[in-house]
Amino acid sequence: MTTQAVRLFRKMNGLFAVYKPQGVHWKHVRDSTESNLLKALNSCPPPAPQLALQFQLLSGGENCSSKDVVLSPSMVPTLADHPLVTGPQFHKVHVGVGHRLDAFSSGVLVLGVGKGNGVLEHLCKSHVTRDYTLEGEFGKATDNFTHTGRVIEKTTYDHVTLDKLERVLAMIQGANQKALITYSQVDLHTQEAYELAVRGLLYPHGKSPPILTGLRCIHFNPPNFTLEVQCVNETQKYLRKLIHEVGLELRTSAVCSGVRRTRDGPFKVENALTRQHWTADSIMQAIAHFRPKTDKRIDVNV
Amino acid sequence: MQLFIHALGGAETVHSASPTKKTGNSTRTTGSRVYEEVYMLLPKTVVMHVCQRCVSLLLSRPLSAALQQSTLALHQRAHLTLLQHSTRHTHSRQTWRHFTDHQAASPDVYNKIDLAQKEVVPFNSDVHRIDLDAAVHPSPLQEISEEEAVQIHVPSALPPESSTLRPYVDESETLSKLVQLGVNLWKLEQRPNVGSMLVRLDFHADVAPKLLLLKDLGVEETKLGQLLTKNPFILTESLDNLEARVSYLKSKKFSKQSVAAMVSKAPYLLNFSVERLDNRLGFFQKQLGLSAEKTRDVVTRLPKLLCGSLEPIKENLKVCELEFGFRGNEIQHIVTTVPKVLIANKRKLTQIFDFIHNTMDVPHSLIAKFPQVLNAKFLRIRERHLFLEYLGRAQYQPSQPNYISLDRLVFLPDEVFCSEVALATLEDFERFQKTL
Repeated sequence: MTTQAVRLFRKMNGLFAVYKPQGVHWKHVRDSTESNLLKALNSCPPPAPQLALQFQLLSGGENCSSKDVVLSPSMVPTLADHPLVTGPQFHKVHVGVGHRLDAFSSGVLVLGVGKGNGVLEHLCKSHVTRDYTLEGEFGKATDNFTHTGRVIEKTTYDHVTLDKLERVLAMIQGANQKALITYSQVDLHTQEAYELAVRGLLYPHGKSPPILTGLRCIHFNPPNFTLEVQCVNETQKYLRKLIHEVGLELRTSAVCSGVRRTRDGPFKVENALTRQHWTADSIMQAIAHFRPKTDKRIDVNV
Repeated sequence: MQLFIHALGGAETVHSASPTKKTGNSTRTTGSRVYEEVYMLLPKTVVMHVCQRCVSLLLSRPLSAALQQSTLALHQRAHLTLLQHSTRHTHSRQTWRHFTDHQAASPDVYNKIDLAQKEVVPFNSDVHRIDLDAAVHPSPLQEISEEEAVQIHVPSALPPESSTLRPYVDESETLSKLVQLGVNLWKLEQRPNVGSMLVRLDFHADVAPKLLLLKDLGVEETKLGQLLTKNPFILTESLDNLEARVSYLKSKKFSKQSVAAMVSKAPYLLNFSVERLDNRLGFFQKQLGLSAEKTRDVVTRLPKLLCGSLEPIKENLKVCELEFGFRGNEIQHIVTTVPKVLIANKRKLTQIFDFIHNTMDVPHSLIAKFPQVLNAKFLRIRERHLFLEYLGRAQYQPSQPNYISLDRLVFLPDEVFCSEVALATLEDFERFQKTL
């Protein structure tokens, strides 16, 4: 006889996306979602306690006089099954994290619950592309490539124009395309390589360094500028270093003031849950929403 | 083989076989009591060591007086068989004699001179060799008299040690009364040694007087459960000490209701000595420069101040004065309005203050006027401020039109904030959150 809590637990299997705020460690996000799921599970009514036979001294019935006390049997719930003694029904829910985001970045973070964790690992290892929005600022260079770090040098940036920035980005993109072709292990002189490249289906096999498949500038307002990046196999530190290198190529220096992930594989920012929605019912809805996409993705990759 | 010194009753050396860790181990037939310290070496396991004496205490209680004598006699018989088993494990005569001496020496429980006599005799004889041919056991179909029927005792299946309190709750008066009060036994048994302590308590001697004291003090009965869950050691503190501390607090002109409120909010309060409480009250009055009335008010609202260490509080005060640059009277106002600032995390406090003062450009005087912002969550302040800035409504100067006060910024729930302060919808706010 399954209880309500067990039935709910069996439904908690799948993947969902969460919007991680900036400044928060990803572990905190994972722990908050796990404790919210546990709260929902443990708020379900506990199973009925076992009854035990106890002889109690009760006053006798109508037959005996009122002064008689008689040992009469009664079924009493055992205290050993009381929720204050047994504790909560569930202690742990397996919540796993996909491709991690460091504390400085914000954006889409994929979490998996229960059986979804197996799929998560698959998703993580597979070469899904991720979309980022990078905010940069010209004029200074710091030790950790962010605007909060210790400033190492300051430069002027009056000579930087959108035209020069675009040229630098095109050069970087070219280098990355070459790397993509090399790591995708296709022979450049074949027809099939051309077909794949035309359709944009080239992707790196096996281990590869971070590769940018797409790069463009969406906002330019010196000293601030914004880049949009699609990449494979990256870390957020690499992306901040990219901003720094863009600055170097333009004969100035630049720091990164924000890294925001807008897409992680099939999980987009529109469907990511904000902090108010990290509760069990929103999570279950999100899992149901993403279920067809993750199933399709597994089929494609396998 | 190891010798352990038993906790109860002084230096009785007891022999035991290899220490077993887990619940209700039926192979562990030695009637030995093991000191809990052994299990401190095994950090992950929490084992309740209910000694045989306690198990027998538990067993003997619920039975009526008429049956008591016979059950004790049967206990002796049970112990005798256990001793016989233990002789198979012992290698030295020495330790076995210690065990029997001990038996003779504790008359209150076992009460048996005949038991000691029975034990001292047979080491040299073959007591442990059972003669299978002897027709000692009656047939189960044999008719027996009423007195013999009444003497048949089914030994209770209480395990001598267990990692949870579940097997003991129904048998122990203390534990069942605590559960009925609302004490969360599951939480308490996670803490090392607390479970054993609770099982050893005697309800009428230890627990009831303290509960009556707390009730006289004015602590509500519904709160008693939570109080004991947080601080079970109030039951092991002596009654005189508790009364002395309560009278000390009353002598400092704390009213009865405030003492009750303080004890409910800070369950460990009455475990601290009078000197320590005195020291802390003196510190707060001197350092903050508040009048006696205001100090009492602050301490009543946050009695945790009297429980913890003073070093973090001194650091926080220094931070407020030097790093933030608040003046003396501003600090006094902040502390009397929001005492939590004194025990807040220094790093988080600095982060919030830095954001409010440098990014939101709010002057010191305004922050001192609304010190609740220092207590709020940083992420909340940041997101709401950036949303207002995006909408062009980030106006925190009281002299300008469309002024938004800091407490409304922080303490309104999301829907009310969006509709009244930001004049936007909740969906807009969520969409904006995803762009940060």
